[in-house]
Amino acid sequence: MAKIVGTITTSHVPAIGGAIAKGLQQDPYWKPFFDGFPPVREWLAKVKPDVVVLVYNDHGLNFFLDKMPTFAIGAAPEYHNADEGWGIPTVKPFRGDPELSWHLIEKLVAEEFDIVSCQEMVVDHAFTLPMALCWPDQNWPVRTVPVVVNTVQAPLPSAARCYKLGKALGRAIESWPRDERVVVMGTGGLSHQLDGERAGFINKEFDQKFMDSMISDPAWATKYSTVELVELSGTQGVELLNWVVARGTLPEKVRKQQVNYHIPISNTATGLMVLEPAA
Amino acid sequence: MPNASPRQPVPGTTMFDGEQARKGYALNKMCYSFNDAVNRRAFVENEDAYCAKYGLNPQQREAIRNRNVLQLIEAGGNAYYLAKFAGIFGLDMQDIGAQQTGMTKDEFKAKLQAAAR
Repeated sequence: MAKIVGTITTSHVPAIGGAIAKGLQQDPYWKPFFDGFPPVREWLAKVKPDVVVLVYNDHGLNFFLDKMPTFAIGAAPEYHNADEGWGIPTVKPFRGDPELSWHLIEKLVAEEFDIVSCQEMVVDHAFTLPMALCWPDQNWPVRTVPVVVNTVQAPLPSAARCYKLGKALGRAIESWPRDERVVVMGTGGLSHQLDGERAGFINKEFDQKFMDSMISDPAWATKYSTVELVELSGTQGVELLNWVVARGTLPEKVRKQQVNYHIPISNTATGLMVLEPAA
Repeated sequence: MPNASPRQPVPGTTMFDGEQARKGYALNKMCYSFNDAVNRRAFVENEDAYCAKYGLNPQQREAIRNRNVLQLIEAGGNAYYLAKFAGIFGLDMQDIGAQQTGMTKDEFKAKLQAAAR
């Protein structure tokens, strides 16, 4: 049976793509962010995943507001990146795993999560940049399954719902009959707000509580409504819902393998965590 | 910061909900088209014609003309789509943040840095 070997949760700020393209990893502005990743790569070299299930939100590349699913799963043999309008270089395509995708869709729908299935899907920076941070040579050694959560247009799924989705997703992955090693990624956040007079809002205290909760109190964020999460983490900070889904795929008890937090990258407080099941 | 309202309870913040999504549909659709370089060029070459093609209302047209992010949000724009519009002019998120908060770019960057303390 498949096994979830751990989760990687990280910010996905578009500017990271520009920094990678310009080779700024050792630049003083960028170094505290990029320095979080070598331990992640060492961990990946050790756990050797076959598949990455990547939970993220699309920012108007694959989905427009004409059709906005709350939860969608890619079921394509291959996923391409494309121009998002502001000029970060595109990356090589990613191999999919349609059989696993359909297994996950079937299991989740059976558990009453009404998933939108996507046999064609382009993936944006929220998918490509975390992958490029984990595998800087961009020769992706894994198959991938994109899981897209609507964090763009209210009503958003609640944190409680996202945590339940994560639990169901974890069960679905671990019922996959192939003996494969799976890493679940969750991308976005942490606190930031791009729009309005409150632009530039960052909440270090909340982010640190949230990151602690990922280790020792995984349901902590589920007590907050969407409005409360916007108030605490900013209009785009709600992308932490993707972290909540990823965390839900792990058991209650976890071991941390890596934690990094840095303010600011662009307008964002960036977070990074690698967690393993403790059992 | 503008006062909160029952529908928009967080000061200085417009939650992008169904009401905003309906109001901003044409504007966001135009910005979505800016994923393609050919459309970005077409906008630059003839802004009036491009806005007319997407059926922007006068409020949206004026906000686009003014390159004014707060006006664009007021007209229903969503941050992720407006970023594609800003990209045409090579503006980054600190330019956008500075404009919305009435700061210089350096002041806005200092505000972000200060959040680390």
